[in-house]
Amino acid sequence: MGNTDVKKTKDAGFLSKIVHQQLFIPIAALLILAVFNLIADPSFFKITMGVSSTGDPVLSGYLITILDYGSELAILAIGMTLVTAASGGQDISVGAAIAIAGSVILRVLCGTNSRPDELQTSVFVAFIVACLVAMLFGAFNGILVAHFKIQPMVATLILYTAGRSIAAWINNNELPIISEPSFSYYGGFIPGIPIPTPFFIAIICVIIIALVLKFTNLGLYTQAVGINEKSSRLNGINPVFIKFLSFVILGLCVAVVGLIKVSRFSTINYSVIAKDIEMDAILAVALGGNALSGGKFNMAASILGAYVIQFLTTTLYKFDVQSDALPAYKAVVVIILVVLSAPSVRAKLSQLGKKRHVKEVA
Amino acid sequence: MSNKTILEMKNINKSFPGVRALQGVDFKLCQGEIHALMGENGAGKSTLIKVLTGVYGKDEGQIFVDGSDKEASIHSPQDAQRVGISTVYQEITLCPNLSVAENMYIGRSAGAGTNWKKMNEDAEKLLQSLDIPAKATQQLASCSIAVQQMVAIARAVDMDCKILILDEPTSSLDEQEVEKLFGLMRDLKARGVGIIFVTHFLDQVYEVCDKITVLRDGKLVGEYEIKDLPRVKLVAKMLGKELDDMSDIRSEQKPYDGKDAGEVVFEAEGLYSDAGIKPFDFNIKKGEVNGFTGLLGSGRSECVRAIFGADRVLGGKVKKNGKTVKITKPLDAMKNGIAYLPEDRKNDGIIGDLSVRDNIIFASQVLRGFFKPYSKAEANKFAEEYIKLLDIKTASADTPIKSLSGGNQQKVILARWLMTHPEYLILDEPTRGIDIGTKIDIQKLVLKLASEGMSITFISSETDEMLRTCSRMVVMRDRKVVGELSGDDLTQNKIMSTIAGGEK
Amino acid sequence: MMKKIKNMSDTNMLLTITIVIFFAMYIGAILFLGEGFLKPQTFLSILNANAALIITSCGMSIVMITGGIDISVGGVVALVSMCSAVYLDQKGGSIGGAILISLAIGLAFGIVQGYLVAYLDIQPFIVSLAGMFFARGMTTIVNNKPFNVANEAFVKLKDTRVIVPGLGSYNRLGKYIDAYVEIGVVVALIIVVLLFVLLRWGKLGRHFYAVGGNQQSALMLGINVKRTKFLSHLLCSLLAGIGGFVYFLHVGSGSPSHAMGMEMNAIASSIIGGTMLTGGVGNIIGTLFGVLSLSTIQNIVSSAGFDEAWWTGITIAAMLCLFLVIQSVVMARKKKALAKQ
Repeated sequence: MGNTDVKKTKDAGFLSKIVHQQLFIPIAALLILAVFNLIADPSFFKITMGVSSTGDPVLSGYLITILDYGSELAILAIGMTLVTAASGGQDISVGAAIAIAGSVILRVLCGTNSRPDELQTSVFVAFIVACLVAMLFGAFNGILVAHFKIQPMVATLILYTAGRSIAAWINNNELPIISEPSFSYYGGFIPGIPIPTPFFIAIICVIIIALVLKFTNLGLYTQAVGINEKSSRLNGINPVFIKFLSFVILGLCVAVVGLIKVSRFSTINYSVIAKDIEMDAILAVALGGNALSGGKFNMAASILGAYVIQFLTTTLYKFDVQSDALPAYKAVVVIILVVLSAPSVRAKLSQLGKKRHVKEVA
Repeated sequence: MSNKTILEMKNINKSFPGVRALQGVDFKLCQGEIHALMGENGAGKSTLIKVLTGVYGKDEGQIFVDGSDKEASIHSPQDAQRVGISTVYQEITLCPNLSVAENMYIGRSAGAGTNWKKMNEDAEKLLQSLDIPAKATQQLASCSIAVQQMVAIARAVDMDCKILILDEPTSSLDEQEVEKLFGLMRDLKARGVGIIFVTHFLDQVYEVCDKITVLRDGKLVGEYEIKDLPRVKLVAKMLGKELDDMSDIRSEQKPYDGKDAGEVVFEAEGLYSDAGIKPFDFNIKKGEVNGFTGLLGSGRSECVRAIFGADRVLGGKVKKNGKTVKITKPLDAMKNGIAYLPEDRKNDGIIGDLSVRDNIIFASQVLRGFFKPYSKAEANKFAEEYIKLLDIKTASADTPIKSLSGGNQQKVILARWLMTHPEYLILDEPTRGIDIGTKIDIQKLVLKLASEGMSITFISSETDEMLRTCSRMVVMRDRKVVGELSGDDLTQNKIMSTIAGGEK
Repeated sequence: MMKKIKNMSDTNMLLTITIVIFFAMYIGAILFLGEGFLKPQTFLSILNANAALIITSCGMSIVMITGGIDISVGGVVALVSMCSAVYLDQKGGSIGGAILISLAIGLAFGIVQGYLVAYLDIQPFIVSLAGMFFARGMTTIVNNKPFNVANEAFVKLKDTRVIVPGLGSYNRLGKYIDAYVEIGVVVALIIVVLLFVLLRWGKLGRHFYAVGGNQQSALMLGINVKRTKFLSHLLCSLLAGIGGFVYFLHVGSGSPSHAMGMEMNAIASSIIGGTMLTGGVGNIIGTLFGVLSLSTIQNIVSSAGFDEAWWTGITIAAMLCLFLVIQSVVMARKKKALAKQ
């Protein structure tokens, strides 16, 4: 009898330990989604060989779609996590900024001619220019937040409102189309490789950020600033710069996603490109169990969160949810997730668990 | 004084995860009595107050108010107000964006409307009768902290409360304001209000209180008439031991003879900052412990903050070993071997959610540079080393610092700065709000570090403590340096008279 | 003078800045863009077009004063107009019923969002983000195409003009044309007055300020913080419901693309009107002027020949940026002046 008691306590301890792990939330959400799909329609998990636009054999299937589009989100989630941690707020202008970055890439590649037969410069140069521009806009947000101490959500509201207009203005509201096939590699497939390129780009980004976090103090400084700005300053950190830096880094992430986005279609639709992606990116951070009020963060959880969000989106698409109606379903899921991870609800749940546990023992 | 009991708390129990904050505590308050609630940090004073005011629910026990034999149901601050319990907290708990009058009356009346004219008139009258220098229609944020505190008391006074709880109300008031507050308390006492007075200042207890209840480790030690409990005994009850340690420390200190200390290491010339201090000169020698003294708000902290570059320096120079160094931000000071333990531990010191380990290595890490993070093993090694050295009580180095007790948090901050191996260590109120045991540890450590050649500036509100540790004291009044005392001049009386100014 | 500014409450100071800038802008428009802006009807048309925005912005201000935010209002407006449109098109659909539906939708959003924010302590941004997603999605689910209403009683109500005496003008043929506002403007102005009184003198209104100023203190002062927060969200969504109906009354149709970005305009108007995002500071009259400033500048931009759609976005953003920076600089100055005192 005594033995089983001990074992039970141990189990409870083990369980609560798992529940309190930060990666628990995204993994649990992923499992629930996976099981749901498995029951509803196992064909969700089927991966077949398809043919890409260039005629090469590539993998296709829902999982590949998740890998493909989730990668964009994962790249954004990296920057968003840092911004969230340092500033205690989120950047809601990323969608608009992606439009700007994409527009810049097309403008540089096309020059004045909106239907060029050949590219004006290499994609690399265009990408670098886009990076600079996106970082500049990130810096704009960063100055408003860090120097003028404006709440991030509101400061970025400015670019959110103006961004798509600026994007349109960059190309004189024309729609450049690029016919050069190699340009589509970044958002599609590189001939001979059956896995979508964005996934590789995401991996590169993840490796870079992992190295940066390991070999610099970015993580420590960002968290310290997010938790206690005054104290960080008295320990020799410049909180204004750290916050500013986080927005600039997000700008870099935005440029990468911008490249993927315009490469997918070889053109741009200013009002539709990356629409609502800011919401998904924020959700990825939240789903990763990171406090949206800033402070401590877990990068891996955010990145995983991004793929889970995409998993959810793809699942909804699969069930023939109209793309415009999609948000309604997503909203319900979001609310359930957020409610379950709310501290007050968690406390109640764990109390409930404890009570039951006590009863069992009694 | 009538002996009618107006508050009785019986067998109160309250636990938090991992801590039994209150265990079977009884408390009794009579009409027209000022009752001190004493105890070290973590003794359970705050918890008891919070249970009484409905901020926390109690696990067990009963509360009777006003002689009624029916249990009072107090589940929220509103409930407490309803049964006649008002509280004034150490931190201002008013809304800075509302007017003074609103802060006095909001949240009190039922019904949807407010009679604004009457409210402002009433408020004006009350402010005048209590001699509070504020206008009823003024925005609270434009009042000084002391006035805000008094508005909070005015609010409580006006609520016709039977029981008034003053939770360390004097910590942000100067001497005159404290006197005014005491006048107010005596006035209320005469009107039959029972006052529970929580404070760290022993003098104040003996000045106004009638009874003392002592708590220790969440348990009741006892209730005493003030005349039956001399100071030494009170401290002994609070600590649960006699005060031999205190006398030890005094004997350890070497007598200051002026030659013992070495060369001047750091000096400030005509330094002033945007925090409003007048230009001041200051120097510290190798291996010396000196201090800034003066009343609260006299500019003690602002001086050291200027040296450390924490406030924006507007003029003057800082010299190190005779050479001028440029200090415009804390990092500059740190690079020059200065360390600063700030006054406000919670807001300026700890980084709450980070682990004890990260908090310890933090400053050295910043000094080491952005691109050279300590490896996990190194960080752990340092953390363990300092946890052991300073005897920091923590479950592990991974524990978030915010879950440690105040004294242990302070030790972590101290460890953080010691790890940078500073030449000059500035300690601004390192012992505020922490238990006496840790206080003594810190004082001993200061003397030990100085004997090893570190220069230390020690600031404390408790003159006793400074007399024990400092060999030279800079006295401040009204944001200006008004004198410097050392050697035989270093006595309680001399300090007092210098602070007061003029008269010997 | 400086002392007077220092002693001014934050609310009044920001309000003054807003009103001054609005008038300066309007006068500037008259001087440089000419007669058009001098006609009262130009101004009244701005009101007509923005009655719904005024109502929703008022709700937004209340939530922001209490220290929260609600970005679901645009979605709620779209959902309300779609539901009203579909209902009115049915046999037996009456205006009264449509109003009831609008209020019910507003209330439902308010109750759910308010509960999640106030009682479960979830960040208002996330809650209302989900609310926005939900409302937009539901709008499409109810009907995914624009939907015009032909209900006679409704069309009559929609075209009702409230004549403003004395403000009419003569047209080119010398015929006198009455100046008018739509019903929605009357509703909006009544709401502005009611809310102004509530916030300035009402107990609940002051509780909003108290909670926004310092939540912890408000709790200690005996204010029911949770209920206050709940009510602020309830009121905001309810106003979004009313705003939705007024919007519907103005456009006469339901469409998934209605009121796109309205939440941003509402937030911008509140901020331009002097509501601080940090809570505790703000004013309904300021919000009214915020809406007017925002729409006037849009008018100016289009009159000045920058007709292309993207200019609107850029000007609103520039305006928002300007006001945010002004707010932040002014507050920082004031804080410094106080510290020196």
